[in-house]
Amino acid sequence: MKTQVLLLIKSALPKKERTNLDIIKTTNLTKKFGDFTAVDHISFSVNDGEIFGFLGPNGAGKTTTIKMLITLLNPTDGSADVAGFDIIKKRDDVRESIGVVFQEPALDTQLTGRENLDFHARMYGISKDKRKSRIEEVLALVDLKDKEEVLVKNYSGGMKRRLEIARGLMHYPTILFLDEPTLGLDAQTRRAIWEYIRKMNKEENTTIFLTTHYMDEADYLCDRIGIIDHGKIIVIDSTKNLKNSVGNDLITLSCTDMDKLRSRLEKEDWIKNIKSYDSFLTLGVEKGEEKIPMVFEIARAIDVKIKSISVGKPTLDDVFLHFTGRLMRNQEQDSTMKDRFKAHVGGR
Amino acid sequence: MKSKEFQAIYIMWLREMKRFARSKSRIVATIVQPLFFLVILGSGLRSAVMPGMDVSSDYLTFLAPGIIAMAILFSSMFTGISVLWDRQFGFLQEVLVAPISRLSIIVGRTLGGATLSLIQGFIILAIAIFLGVPIASAFNLLFTVIFMVLLAFTAVGFGLVIASKMSDFQGFQIIMNLLLMPLLFLSSALFPIATNQGFPEAIRMLVFLNPLFFMVDGLRGSLTGMNYYFAPAIDFVIVLAICIFMMGLGSYFFNKSEA
Repeated sequence: MKTQVLLLIKSALPKKERTNLDIIKTTNLTKKFGDFTAVDHISFSVNDGEIFGFLGPNGAGKTTTIKMLITLLNPTDGSADVAGFDIIKKRDDVRESIGVVFQEPALDTQLTGRENLDFHARMYGISKDKRKSRIEEVLALVDLKDKEEVLVKNYSGGMKRRLEIARGLMHYPTILFLDEPTLGLDAQTRRAIWEYIRKMNKEENTTIFLTTHYMDEADYLCDRIGIIDHGKIIVIDSTKNLKNSVGNDLITLSCTDMDKLRSRLEKEDWIKNIKSYDSFLTLGVEKGEEKIPMVFEIARAIDVKIKSISVGKPTLDDVFLHFTGRLMRNQEQDSTMKDRFKAHVGGR
Repeated sequence: MKSKEFQAIYIMWLREMKRFARSKSRIVATIVQPLFFLVILGSGLRSAVMPGMDVSSDYLTFLAPGIIAMAILFSSMFTGISVLWDRQFGFLQEVLVAPISRLSIIVGRTLGGATLSLIQGFIILAIAIFLGVPIASAFNLLFTVIFMVLLAFTAVGFGLVIASKMSDFQGFQIIMNLLLMPLLFLSSALFPIATNQGFPEAIRMLVFLNPLFFMVDGLRGSLTGMNYYFAPAIDFVIVLAICIFMMGLGSYFFNKSEA
């Protein structure tokens, strides 16, 4: 009997550690709106302390997933634990442990920046002394100290976003949810917001769950990324691994007879993977610069003319293309393949 | 209830106060409009005799409680409906994701709206007294305040129901014209109906289906002690029931509308 108990404890221990690591865990989480399935049986987990990104085109189900995790929507099926609490049965505990920055600004524009923070602090039951010092802290974090007495309706888009980030951090959340944090902001402001997000991830040790449809954003910020499309998760891995799965370097080329060249290249073992698209081929390789002459030689030998060729580090654009066969930004496929190739060749 | 909930109720209330204080046009509109009714309509027709009025009463005395009711009704409904604004501007999400019970959110908002409309009601009451509207007694004044509070709460609840059933601002004007105006005109706030033999029987009966009638009647009976149909105590019971029902309905719809 005793040994049995001990065994039970032993087997329970590593399990417990694991659940501590998974600060968000979903199992077959599903949301249907009538006949339309916005989120389709997704299961994933987010580690404590990391920046996790949900990457996908508009309408992929990112916001719906967030809304379920933050208890604003009830899932149709499946379940999820956030900070160790069930999102349906322990709503209030979940709400206590999370901060949210919504896609559209959710500030009271008739109040000042400080008043918005004060409102939030009181809604979360933060005591008077704590409230004051914490407001100072978060204002300093997003550099809004000098604008605290200005009505939010006079804030710029970037300032509003910063204030919302500050507000999301007010109550020391374990997890901060950011839904498209830089949507509609200019390039400079985006950079600044990224820095704030990184800073709070480090300084406050906050786990961050963000959604975005910007590749560069996910690339720059996230430790791990889940690519979501049509309500389903296509792949989840670290940013690095995702890029590696495509190939260390990516050669993109267009030629006169793609099929012929492709079947020839498939015999070469230094090519990790070959994908053909409408008007171009991509080859995942190591040391891409050295491989270009080899590709040329092979092509010449079988009498295929190479029209253009480029090599570069794979971006998340390439990753998305690799896993979905489609580009992210434009869903109209045929034309974009060409556009993309132009961008690829021109940009490198 | 935890102290956290009280703090949330307080800050919801405070927010309503601040927003009101900063909206100059709203302050002007909500005070000037009933004032026009009272001073111009009431004073102009002061010596007019309406069929169905008490003999000892002049028109201003009849009208004043009706205008107080009107001001409270409009202002409170506005607070209820302003949930729609919050939804449109996204702020409602910030409120709903906080670890606070839905009830506290509604209570805070209702208290805020009720406070504002009561302030307006008292300003008009003061003006009415200044213009010479007689007060039955100090006790009656207290009773009047109770009616004002109940009316305020009912109207906020009504506003919440409307807000949860409307998805945009276009419907707002329609509601005001098609719902509020008939309610007001058939409440005997502006002229006597139930006791006015000039009206067809059907219309006089219609009054008894109008919740606002009992509030105006109770307010009038308790404030001036004249021109009332039911004894204020009877009105009070009816109004209390309507108030509880409306608040319940408002909370129910508010709870349902977010999920």
